This record gives sequence, structure tokens and C-alpha cells, in this order.
Amino acid sequence: MGDHHHGPAKGLTRWITTTNHKDIGSMYLWFSFAMFILGGAFAMIIRAELFQPGLQLVEPGFFNQMTTMHGLVMVFGAIMPSFVGLANWMIPMMIGAPDMALPRMNNLSFWILPPSFIMLACTLFMDGGAPQAGWTFYAPLSTTYAPPSVTFFIFSVHLLGVSSIMGSINIIATVMNLRAPGMTYMKMPLFVWTWLITAFLLVAVMPVLAGAVTMMLMDVHFGTSFFSAAGGGDPVLFQHVFWFFGHPEVYIIILPAFGVVSQIIPTFSRKRLFGYDSMVYATASIAFLSFIVWAHHMFTVGMPVAGELFFMYATMLIAVPTGVKVFNWVTTMWRGSLTFETPMMFSIGFLILFTIGGFTGLMLAIAPVDFQYHDSYFVVAHFHYVMVAGAIFSMSAAIYYWLPKWCGRMYNEKMGQLHFWVSFVGFNLAFFPQHFVGLAGMPRRIPDYALQFTDFNMMSSIGAFIYGAAQILFLYNVIATIVSGKPTSEEKTWEGAEGLEWTVATPAPYHTFETPPPVK
Amino acid sequence: MCFDVKRLYALALGPVLMLMSLVSTGVWASESERSTVNMTAGVTEVGQQIYDLHMLILWICTIIGLLVFGVMFYSIYAHRKSKGAKASSFHESTSVEIAWTVVPFLILIVMAVPATKTLIEVYSFDDADLDIMVTGYQWKWKYEYLTDEGERVSFFSNLRTPQSEIGNTEAKGEHYLLEVDEPLVIPVNAKVRFLLTANDVIHSWWVPELAVKKDAIPGFINEAWTRPLKEGIYRGQCAELCGKDHGFMPIVVNVVSQEEYQTWLATKQGEAAQVKELMAQTFTLDELVERGKGVYERSCLACHGAKGEGGVGKAIAASAIATGEISGHLDVSIDGVPGTAMQAFGGQLNDVDMAAVITYQRNAFGNNMGDLVQPIDVFNHKKG
Repeated sequence: MGDHHHGPAKGLTRWITTTNHKDIGSMYLWFSFAMFILGGAFAMIIRAELFQPGLQLVEPGFFNQMTTMHGLVMVFGAIMPSFVGLANWMIPMMIGAPDMALPRMNNLSFWILPPSFIMLACTLFMDGGAPQAGWTFYAPLSTTYAPPSVTFFIFSVHLLGVSSIMGSINIIATVMNLRAPGMTYMKMPLFVWTWLITAFLLVAVMPVLAGAVTMMLMDVHFGTSFFSAAGGGDPVLFQHVFWFFGHPEVYIIILPAFGVVSQIIPTFSRKRLFGYDSMVYATASIAFLSFIVWAHHMFTVGMPVAGELFFMYATMLIAVPTGVKVFNWVTTMWRGSLTFETPMMFSIGFLILFTIGGFTGLMLAIAPVDFQYHDSYFVVAHFHYVMVAGAIFSMSAAIYYWLPKWCGRMYNEKMGQLHFWVSFVGFNLAFFPQHFVGLAGMPRRIPDYALQFTDFNMMSSIGAFIYGAAQILFLYNVIATIVSGKPTSEEKTWEGAEGLEWTVATPAPYHTFETPPPVK
Repeated sequence: MCFDVKRLYALALGPVLMLMSLVSTGVWASESERSTVNMTAGVTEVGQQIYDLHMLILWICTIIGLLVFGVMFYSIYAHRKSKGAKASSFHESTSVEIAWTVVPFLILIVMAVPATKTLIEVYSFDDADLDIMVTGYQWKWKYEYLTDEGERVSFFSNLRTPQSEIGNTEAKGEHYLLEVDEPLVIPVNAKVRFLLTANDVIHSWWVPELAVKKDAIPGFINEAWTRPLKEGIYRGQCAELCGKDHGFMPIVVNVVSQEEYQTWLATKQGEAAQVKELMAQTFTLDELVERGKGVYERSCLACHGAKGEGGVGKAIAASAIATGEISGHLDVSIDGVPGTAMQAFGGQLNDVDMAAVITYQRNAFGNNMGDLVQPIDVFNHKKG
């Protein structure tokens, strides 16, 4: 038995060769934070240039590289890997499994990421610069008119896709096979449910993205004309294929965030989730609908009116299950016994701001009105309410919530609260005014703007700097906790917490649930 | 843990106030010229319908938001542990859950009905009084009036804001980045149909007050239409990322009375006919230089400088091209230099202007070559 309880290897080898879900989860989380800082730095350059009208800091071409890299790094490098990291840490501990089902593949799916992003980042220093066609890289701007570095970008996306698909297969295999006896599907914590559904979405759409970039590669290097009308192709085909990936991608990002919030709100309300079953069904409905709404990103490409109507109606329908979720969270808080520790604050922030993002999403779904909203700053505001206040706020909540369990030390509550409030104020200052400039007619992705947009852009930039600074505070708080936080050995960090992860020792030992736990 | 209640009020009030300011300022939008915080209703019926839809949905969302957040903040206020709240254990209620699924669905239907009507209106392209072909270029627009009678009028519309304003060496004008050298001119109260395409990458033609935004896609032709009910100057921008100068290809539409439009059109058609005649003529050096100076100022000066000293583009004064073989000079001017900012002007300047500007460049800025290019030379050079 003694051999069985070995600890981790020492030094760098531990991290390179590890198959332990906690080690891999930590690496994912640190990697995604590094990417968050990098993508954030790009955003700061964008906001600094937009602080005033006129060109002050960067050339328009470089500005386009910044918007492109900011989007790619944040979506593929920061948000997605951070939730994979969370899944690695928490899913085995939540379902009573000793580890992920496919530990070696788990190691590989992480270690593909750093080279892939190094390759992507290197494009900034290549002749002609980094890709400049936006994170949606529409052809032919991303093919015929792209800098040579687009080839490296394509390979980078391929690697990310491989990593994501392996990670997802691992999650599906783990959830399906390693649940402790008695842990039926309808007893699984919601975070596990949302990730299971997310993993299916990923397996379904990452190959579609791979297909899109492969067609780009062929167009760029092998003389095909998938996306060029001159050779019998169609630039709009690219958009259909991209958004068939891209729309489910949005839910890939937000569903695990729903899961996190569904864990945290009941804990700090000291009351079970109002409607567990309906939450599961709502998640599944959102996932299904996400496959049939992609062309709402393309209302202005000249689709026939029947197509517009179909995609408008289908998109509006998403409001129903999303509403069910929001109502559920609010009803869970109703007549609970509420406290407002940092994870709860971020969850409430999520709830408010994500709901606002949901409302603007509904507005954008209305096809005739979208003719005015499309590709304006209104869209930028909308998706940052969903991506930042949705995904990243819930990620911050998750870190504060589980960090004591992970490292056996308590974070500094005051600093956590400060992080929340500065983030909340900075975020709203940065992105709320963008609704106004968008409605007033400012297109997105422009390095310079007409004078009537000046005031709101200035506010927006100041807000963005404040939000950025708050994340440095976050980093400091997390490191300070790990190094010298107040030790805690309580199994249940939070009074109202439920679930198997709160039954193991604190800090969580290197191996948990080597024998399956009893499930009530 | 102790929390300041005031801070929570701030949390509650912040977004609500912002939403309210959005809504209330929105009301002014229909009165003032163009709101800086809300969508414009514009000067078309469709634009008004779109604006009404936008406000309807904004109000519905605001009310739902206030209800949901109201319940939540009441809970935050009243059901806090620090006030001794004990958690109750209720959960799941089929009737409540059915209600909050069905009611939103019904609200969606209320939104979908007018949305469908407006969309069908947006898609009614028939019976246009005037067709205009709009072609997106990196980074300017070309307009071509598809009239049945007289010469076809066609011209490019370029950003007029000087580099010095963009580079902050000069004060910015009122219409900074939203001004062009030659605006699109259309008659008031007429149904104008736009046929949109692009020459290189995807662009998108957006004029908020005309309630038109449609992608211009290379190799395909899209349709859009407008019927402006008020004369005036309306400004817009390219809405689809199209490369480096995506932010610098504005749209200006001048809506004028029917009579004014006819006069304008006749003048433009006259100019077009004149150019056609000029193509066959032979010019003297002085004539070409004089005409070329104007062309240079419109098409070359921004990059090559007022004295041919260069800038974004290379210097023309004493350059190897402008003082070398004429055929080399023609090559660069007609086909551009791929991979640089030097565009192919062969499709943008007519043969007379091309001949004139090349002649001007060869005889200005101290180049003094003394040779000249005739329109027929340009024509023959293009033919190969």
C-alpha cells in the first residue's frame, strides 16, 4: 500500500510528466492567467489608442493586429483553458473519482497549448505582422489579403483544436465512467453537468473550425478557391462555417460559468438550488439551440428573408432557457440566509451583468434592428458583458470559492472584496458607454473615430485601465494566499457548501477518492 | 463579516441608473439631429420602424430587468444572514416553472410580430426609382448611377480629412473622418436601390440615418434600398473590417430635391460625355500639366506630398520612376505596387486624367522631363 500513496515527482519533471488531475488543472489555470495578462495588455494598447480621436500610439495596421490577437488570446488562451483547468481540478472531486479517465492524454492536451500560443505570439514579430483580420478572420481578408504569418496562425488554431477535443473527450469519459456508485446523472453537481454538455459541444464544433482553417490554408497555399468567388467559391461560405463553430463556442465559454454560479449561489444562500432539474434541461436546450442560430451573426450578408426569419426566431428562443436560469438563481437567493463573501459578490455581479448582456443579445436577435446594431460598438459592449462579466467574473468567483480547498489557505477577504468592487466599477465604466457609441453609429474595429464619440471613448478607456489594474490585485491576492495565507484545515470552507469536494481533507491531498466515497 | 449596506445600494443603483439614462436620453433622439447615446430614427419610414422596435424591446427588457433585479435586491436586503434570516427549504414548483417558461415565450411572440413585418419591408426591393451600384475598394467607395439615358455617371468617394488632422498636427474639423471629396447625391422621396459589391475584400455600406447596412462582397451583388423623406447630408462608415484603413472610408450621402438632383445629374453626365470626347484628343504639355495638377491634388497628394517630397508614399521629385522610362511610370500608376500602399489607379482614373497626372509628375517638382503622355498612350498601354 505504501507505494500507492507516493507524492508528486520533484522539480520540473513533475510538471512535464504529471498525469495528476490537480497538477494539470493548476497548470491550465496558471497558463490561462498568463494569457489573460497578455490579452489584457493588447486590450490596454487598443484602449490607449482610442483614448482620444486621432492616431497617437499605433499605426492602423498594428491596431488591427491588436484587436485580432486580443480576441484570439482571450477566447482560446484565457477563457477556454481556465475552465478546462477548473474542470480538471473539480470534476473528479465532485463525482468521487480518483482522477480523470485518460490521464496521459490529459497531460498531452495541456502541453500542446504553450507551443501553440508561442507560435501565435511569434506572428507579431514576423514580416508583415500578426494576423489582422479580427478574431473572426473573415475571408478573403484572412486569405488572399493576409500577411504571410496567417499560416502560423492556422497551425496554431489546429493545435488548439486538437487540445480542446482531447480535453473534452477526457471530460466525457470521466463523467460517464468514473462517477462514484450512487452518483446518478441527476445527482451530479451542476458544474459537472454544464461541463459534460460543453464537452459535447466542443467535440462537435472544433472539427468544424479545423475545417474552416484548413480551407483557408488550401486557398492561401494550394490554389483552391473555397472562399474566392473568382474561382467559383464564396466568401460567405467562410462565415457560415466559422459561425457554425463560433456560435456554439459562445456557449462553450458561458455554460461552465453557469455551472460555477449554480454551485456558489446556493452555498452562500444556505439553500439548495431552486430547480435542479430545470437547470439541467435549460442547459441542454441552450446547447441544442446553439447549433441552429449561427447565421444571426450574418444578418447583413444578404441572406434570403426566409433564412433571416428562421435565424431570428431560433435566436429569440434562446431567451427562454436563459431566462429559466436567471429566474432559478434569483429564486434560490429568495428567502435564503445570505452572506456576501467574495465568491458570492462575483456571482451576484455575474448575475446582474450577464443578464444585461442577455438583454442586449435579445435586442441583437431582432434581425431588422440588427441592421443598425451589426458591427457597431453595441455588439462589442454586448459580448464583453457576456464574456468578461459572464465568463471571467464567474471564473474569479470560482477561484475564490475553491482556492482554500486547493491550497489549505484562506485568501484575504478584504482584498477580494476590493478586487470585486474595482472590477465591477471598472468593467461598467469601460463597457456600458460602448452601448451608447455603438447606437450612435461608431463601427467596431476602428483605430480612430469621429469627434462625437470622444467622451464615451475616454470613459471607456479609463474604465478599461481600472479593470486591468484590478486583475493585478487579483494576481497578488492569489499568490499571497498560496504563499502566506491564513492556514485552514476545515473540510468545509463555507458553511453552506454541499458536495463531495467538501468531504476531502483541506488542502486537498494529491490523490483523492482512491476508494469511491458513499453518495447519499 | 460586516458589509456596508450603502455599498450594496450603490451596486443596485449603478446599472439601473445607467439603463434609465439610456432610455430617457433615447427619448430626445427623435427631436435632436443625431443622438450621441441612442440609435437614430433617421429620415426613412423603415428607419422609424426599426427605431420603434428598438425602443419597444429596450423597454420590455428594462421592465423585466427591473422586476428581476428588484426581487434579487429585495432578497439581498431582507434575507441576509446578518439580519438573522433563516434559510427556508422550498425548492421546485412545477407551476412557477411553467409560468416562467410560458410568459417569456409569449413576450417573444409580441416582439416577433412587428419584427417580422419590418424585416419584410426591409426586403422589399421592387419598384425602385433609381439604381446605384456601390463598390467597396480598399479603402474608398465607388458609385455608379445605373441610369438608362445619357452617359453613365460614376465616381470614387475618398476620405477628405487630411493626414495632418489624423496625425494631430492640425486641429480636427467638425466632420473629422466623416467627410469625403465627392458625396453620393440622391433625390428626396425617391426609392433608391443600392446594388452592392466589392473589388477586394468584404466591406459594409452603413448610413444609420438611411437605415441601410449591407455587406459588399467581392464576386456577389447584394441589394438594399432607402427612401429618404428629408433633404440633408447623412454620414456613415464602412462597417466590416476591411484591412488597414477600415476606419478611414466614410460615406456621405447628400439628399437633395428632385430638381437639384436632375441638375446635378445633367452636369455629371455632361462631364462624363466631355471626358469621352477628350479621350480622343491630343493635348499640349501645358494643358496636361494644368489638368494633372488637379488630379495630383485629389489622388496623389495625401501620400506623396504637396511638393512630391513623399510621405506614406515614395518621393516623386527626382524619383527614378518619374524621371525614367514613360512605360515604367505607366506600369506603376496603372497597376500599383502589390504589397504596398500604392494602389492600382488604372481602374480609378480615366485615361485623360491618368495621362495628365503622369505628365504633371514628370514636369513638376523640379523633374522637368519635358515629355508628355497622351490619353491614347494610356489606352494603348492598358491594352498591352
